Amino acid sequence: YSSGTNTNTEPWGSFDDNIIQGSGSAVIDMENMDDTSGSSFEDMGEMHQRMKEEEEVTAEAAATEEDNGEYGEFLGMKGLKGQLGRQVADEVWQAGKRQASKAFNLYANIDILRPYFDVEPNQVRNRLVESLIPVRMINFPQKVAGELYGPMMLVFTMVAILLHGMKTSGTVIREGTLMGTAIGTCFGYWLGVSSFIYFLAYLCNAQITMLQMLSLLGYGLFGHCMVLFITYNVHFHSLFYILWLVIGGLSTLRMVAVLISRTVGQTPRLILCGTLAALHMLFLLYLHFAYHKMVEGILDTLEGPNIPPIQRVARDVPVVANAVVNATIKSIAAVVQSQ
Amino acid sequence: MSQFAGLSDISISEDILVEGDISVPVGSHNADNDFSTLDEPVKDTILRDLRAVGQKFVHVMYPKKSSALLRDWDLWGPLILCVTLALMLQGGSVDSEEEGRPQFAEVFVIIWFGSVIITLNSKLLGGTISFFQSLCVLGYCILPLTVAMIVCRIVLVGGSGLVSFVVRLIVVTASFSWSTFASTAFLADSQPPNRKALVVYPVFLFYFVIGWMILTFSPSQ
Repeated sequence: YSSGTNTNTEPWGSFDDNIIQGSGSAVIDMENMDDTSGSSFEDMGEMHQRMKEEEEVTAEAAATEEDNGEYGEFLGMKGLKGQLGRQVADEVWQAGKRQASKAFNLYANIDILRPYFDVEPNQVRNRLVESLIPVRMINFPQKVAGELYGPMMLVFTMVAILLHGMKTSGTVIREGTLMGTAIGTCFGYWLGVSSFIYFLAYLCNAQITMLQMLSLLGYGLFGHCMVLFITYNVHFHSLFYILWLVIGGLSTLRMVAVLISRTVGQTPRLILCGTLAALHMLFLLYLHFAYHKMVEGILDTLEGPNIPPIQRVARDVPVVANAVVNATIKSIAAVVQSQ
Repeated sequence: MSQFAGLSDISISEDILVEGDISVPVGSHNADNDFSTLDEPVKDTILRDLRAVGQKFVHVMYPKKSSALLRDWDLWGPLILCVTLALMLQGGSVDSEEEGRPQFAEVFVIIWFGSVIITLNSKLLGGTISFFQSLCVLGYCILPLTVAMIVCRIVLVGGSGLVSFVVRLIVVTASFSWSTFASTAFLADSQPPNRKALVVYPVFLFYFVIGWMILTFSPSQ
């Protein structure tokens, strides 16, 4: 019986040959036949994976060669069969681990988003200020920064401001929570309207990517945040309308100008920018009136002639009269109950 | 010499079975008993964990640049603080809808979801801190806000007028700044120096929301 260093005794050729030679086993070759054509990102991941595997495999080869030597000599046939079983199990485990880590690196990799967060604080500050300044040159495609840090922070800030507005207005949400509603509203607007305008831009042949649209709309929420922050604390209807027109208008004009500069043709420009302007302005209107504290109603009813004149605001919106009456009655009941 | 000649080609014949036990007794088994904590009484385990949690509380209240919070992270402390805060903020019956008081689940979700978002953000900005270490730091730095909640509760027992509101405002503002400052001392070190503001802002927003929930809390009469 020969010593264990020559393991090529089986007619089909054991696993050991391939491992020791390090030229790649059958399992690795089959992986190469997968259709990973497409982004170079995947190829890079695969190359990196294969280099790591080869290192592991050559390290294993050195270890297994020693084992093969000892076990083959002392244990004869029985030793080799035990060795075989272990080798098979090992190979299966390695293959499974390779597939799982490949899938994980591809899909759950946070590094995919890393380039979009690569900003400096002064860049964010500049972009915030620029979001309120409409550009004048619309014949030349305007540059849109593709980052996600600023928009995400703005959406979260708006969630916080909305929460504050909902709390102070005593909004009652029956089928959910305040937090859920606030998050759903803000993220839903940002993601949903971005996707919708991106789809329209695709139809109207505008040169804008999804990332740029997300970024543009996200920074457009800066005006909304400012208006809501002011008007949830200072409750004058006329002040809100002025701010709505001025600040909301400026941020809408900026987005519209950027989109116009990237679209060709009158009708596509009209469709795209009309839709965006309508949605953006109406959203601010909705946010204000849905979660607005009806201070005037309570004060009028409770304190009577002691109100200083500046707090009497003419209620010139007939639609809200009913809402005011209902809210007043509810608030009176709450105040009476709490005393 | 001749008597040794026969020894030169000794080989084991095939029909002698060689068997035996080749497994080497693993020496580390004895050392393992020193570190195995399965056999110790439960009281020891609980006390050791409580001591670790308490030590981290002290580190939060006096934030200096030490790596104790980061090195031995655990999530017991954040869980205790989060549950305490959520329980105290709840305090009302199911029927009292007119105040819109945060429910237990809401506070819990805000704290954990917010911590996860801040951690992801700091990792995406190039931070070197790991996921659970960051969760640990953020959770432990809720301690000043929990203390403020207890103080507010006590103050509210005395009455809910303007004076108590001002007192509560001061207490909550102080504790929320303390929280932000404490967590910044641990988190911002893991960032490149010119990006600290980008990491601090979400932390500020997070503790601001929690502080504001504490401030607007009013118990049912």
